[in-house]
Amino acid sequence: MATNYETHEYDVLVIGAGGAGLRAAIEASAAGVKVGLICKSLLGKAHTVMAEGGMAAAMGNVDDRDNWKVHFADTMRGGQYVNNWQMAEFHAKEAPTRVHELEAWGAVFDRTKEGKISQRNFGGHRYPRLAHVGDRTGLELIRTLQDHGIHQGISVHMEYTIVSLLKNGDRVAGAFGYDRERGRFRIFKAKAVVVCTGGLGRAYAVTSNSWEGTGDGVSLAYHAGAELLDMEFIQFHPTGMIWPPSVKGILVTESVRGEGGVLRNKDGKRFMYDDIPDNYKSQTSTDPEEGWRYTQNDKNAKRPPELLTRDHVARCINREVKAGRGSPHGGVFLDISWIKEKIPNAAEHIKKKIPSMYHQFMQLANLDITKEPMEVGPTTHYAMGGIRVNGETQATNVPGLFAAGECAAGLHGANRLGGNSLSDLIVFGKRAGEFAAKFAKENAASKIDDAQVEAAYKEAMSPFDRPAGGASEGPYQVQYDLQNMMQANVGIVRLQNEMESALDGIHKLKARAEKVAVQGHLEYNPGWHTAIDLKHLLTVSEAITLAAIDRKESRGGHFREDFPDKDPAAAKYNSVVSKAADGSMKFRREPIPPMPEHLKQVIEEMK
Amino acid sequence: MNKTVTFRIWRGDATGGKFVDYTTEITEGLVVLDVVHKIQATQANDMACRWNCKAGKCGSCSAEINGIPKLMCMTRMDTLPIDKPITIEPMRAFPSIRDLVTDVSWNFRVKTKIKKFNPRPPDAPDGTWRMQQEDVDRVQEFRKCIECFLCQDVCHVLRDHHKHEEFIGPRFLVYTAALEMHPLDVEDRLPELKQSQGIGFCNITKCCTKVCPEHITITDNAIIPLKERVVDEYYDPLGWLWKKIRPKG
Repeated sequence: MATNYETHEYDVLVIGAGGAGLRAAIEASAAGVKVGLICKSLLGKAHTVMAEGGMAAAMGNVDDRDNWKVHFADTMRGGQYVNNWQMAEFHAKEAPTRVHELEAWGAVFDRTKEGKISQRNFGGHRYPRLAHVGDRTGLELIRTLQDHGIHQGISVHMEYTIVSLLKNGDRVAGAFGYDRERGRFRIFKAKAVVVCTGGLGRAYAVTSNSWEGTGDGVSLAYHAGAELLDMEFIQFHPTGMIWPPSVKGILVTESVRGEGGVLRNKDGKRFMYDDIPDNYKSQTSTDPEEGWRYTQNDKNAKRPPELLTRDHVARCINREVKAGRGSPHGGVFLDISWIKEKIPNAAEHIKKKIPSMYHQFMQLANLDITKEPMEVGPTTHYAMGGIRVNGETQATNVPGLFAAGECAAGLHGANRLGGNSLSDLIVFGKRAGEFAAKFAKENAASKIDDAQVEAAYKEAMSPFDRPAGGASEGPYQVQYDLQNMMQANVGIVRLQNEMESALDGIHKLKARAEKVAVQGHLEYNPGWHTAIDLKHLLTVSEAITLAAIDRKESRGGHFREDFPDKDPAAAKYNSVVSKAADGSMKFRREPIPPMPEHLKQVIEEMK
Repeated sequence: MNKTVTFRIWRGDATGGKFVDYTTEITEGLVVLDVVHKIQATQANDMACRWNCKAGKCGSCSAEINGIPKLMCMTRMDTLPIDKPITIEPMRAFPSIRDLVTDVSWNFRVKTKIKKFNPRPPDAPDGTWRMQQEDVDRVQEFRKCIECFLCQDVCHVLRDHHKHEEFIGPRFLVYTAALEMHPLDVEDRLPELKQSQGIGFCNITKCCTKVCPEHITITDNAIIPLKERVVDEYYDPLGWLWKKIRPKG
């Protein structure tokens, strides 16, 4: 009986408490509605803390030639023009205001000599654009929102996991989940629900994502009837740690390159000069000396090829390794220590500019980056695809259901520029909160269907009902097998037959996941939680694979060895995945709406 | 080369528990959290352990390793003697939930009681402020805090004397210092620091500074300057006299 569950009732329920979720909750609360906030972990621990480089906003503090138009054009070029242009316009126009707002809430950004918020260079951004705090900008963002948010009357539920969205007819009615600490189930009744659950990197073996990045929100929304967009576009960040094994995948911030770090192969060659894409040739320097001047904010210098977009740099690294020119542990060398040839006190300069990287390598790899090069290789970093939303309101196709941040799609197209994620969180977190509150004010509470609650409870508890041994196995092996298969077959370089075998593999893993057994108690039981997460991982993996098989070209984060070039016809549609009436996953192509004249003009001007 | 190691992990809940030995093989370059995860995946699926980023940035995997409060993700195995069992236990200053997971909710309640950031009016007509880097350097040091609560765990005022109702602990003195020393902030938090937040309980043994994984000089840079401000405000005889006799209005 559903009446046995404690029920919390809100106008707006926000699922996920990273940058987007906190910003959405703050906005909804400011609109005067009752807000509940679900954190999968403790408050302030979400994956946003891992963001290092900064948040992109065309404030023009360091280079006054910057403005929203340049930022818009950079974002579209980086996304290879399959972005939702409306989101890209809102994002470029609103990011500066959202950053200033953070300062009003207590954020302490690094400063320019004039005392303004400092901005740094980053891949794909024409001018220095990233507001930052050393290399811990994500921590500053989440802490600022957290410390502001706790005084806004938001009800925070820490260490809760949502297992299912609840619906009333077509409309969302709330969510059902449990608390990690005690394993008690709860109903969250809500007029509007905002999904801000972040990424899905845990579907892969090598990832910069924390354990939480299991694609929960994307999967929850999909099973509740929401459409998913552009799932094939996964960003493999070019520089993850690769040695020692325990740190494999942990991010090495792009700021290392922004501050003058260079990539070399085992022969000491700066291989990025070997392949500069045509559409970036006019902006990229072929002279190492000029590239260095660019990193030191010389406005007349062009960027070094290390700061080309992430998809391209990752593929170049992959190429060097495959050609046998890699580093001892299967990556390439990233060197910042060489700048001692250029500036006095280089060691102190490096420690001041990228302190977390210095400590990360010192503590985890026993390597002093002021003296030696790092070994790096690509790591699964970010999902450009996700829940399909309205660019203005962040509403999904399910009435009352909204999404923002990494779990939503559109802004970044086929490839995200570094720094555009943190600004995405605050621009569209705010919009989602605003429009969810509006929806809640205009609509009465929806009814909770006891049968849905009971079905979700039964499904979540089923791993305990299966006897250990025999046909059952533990959840971890299924998870590992999925991660290894996705890494090998739907990873950085893709092939038709490999992806088809992955699709087949996913169906087999689904059958195994349905037999997974766990033992023990309900309190903080990681085996049980892993079993529950499997459904989400399998759902997002299937969606990624299905969309990747259909796109027979290479674009941004989606690279196919069998179709290595861009197909102009494929720039005209987005991929849409949704749940069919029979429960199977269906795919369709959706034409991209034509760009309005004023935006076409901006892109023409910025060419 | 693979080696064998024994982890002596505390298993139990609020009602009690015991240490259980787990022996496993380790390879080169692991941290303590890797070994805990391996044991969890192969020998003890239900062993509770809180973690997130595994890169020293979120402050979730705090524990006591051979008796010393540390982040499990940032403790390399090659820094520990593996010829005898390595003990892993939860933070002892907080109530147990299960195994390595403790109830740290008290910290979140304390924070809500500290007066929030309150900036002066903007400096420029466009609503923005101007601050020099040298004026924000010290606040940025405090804002490096990842809220792992290891400083709270080691603080004897909390750990041994259980003054949770009267003392906010090093983490929240650092938090208050970051607000008080913020160049834009105009709020006054000294009355609470002196009274309900109990800054006087800290007798600067610097244990908190020693365990801070972010190397924040908690005692010297945050707590002592706050203590000086409280002393100047409430205990300076000349200041006290001046306040009594100064012309009003």
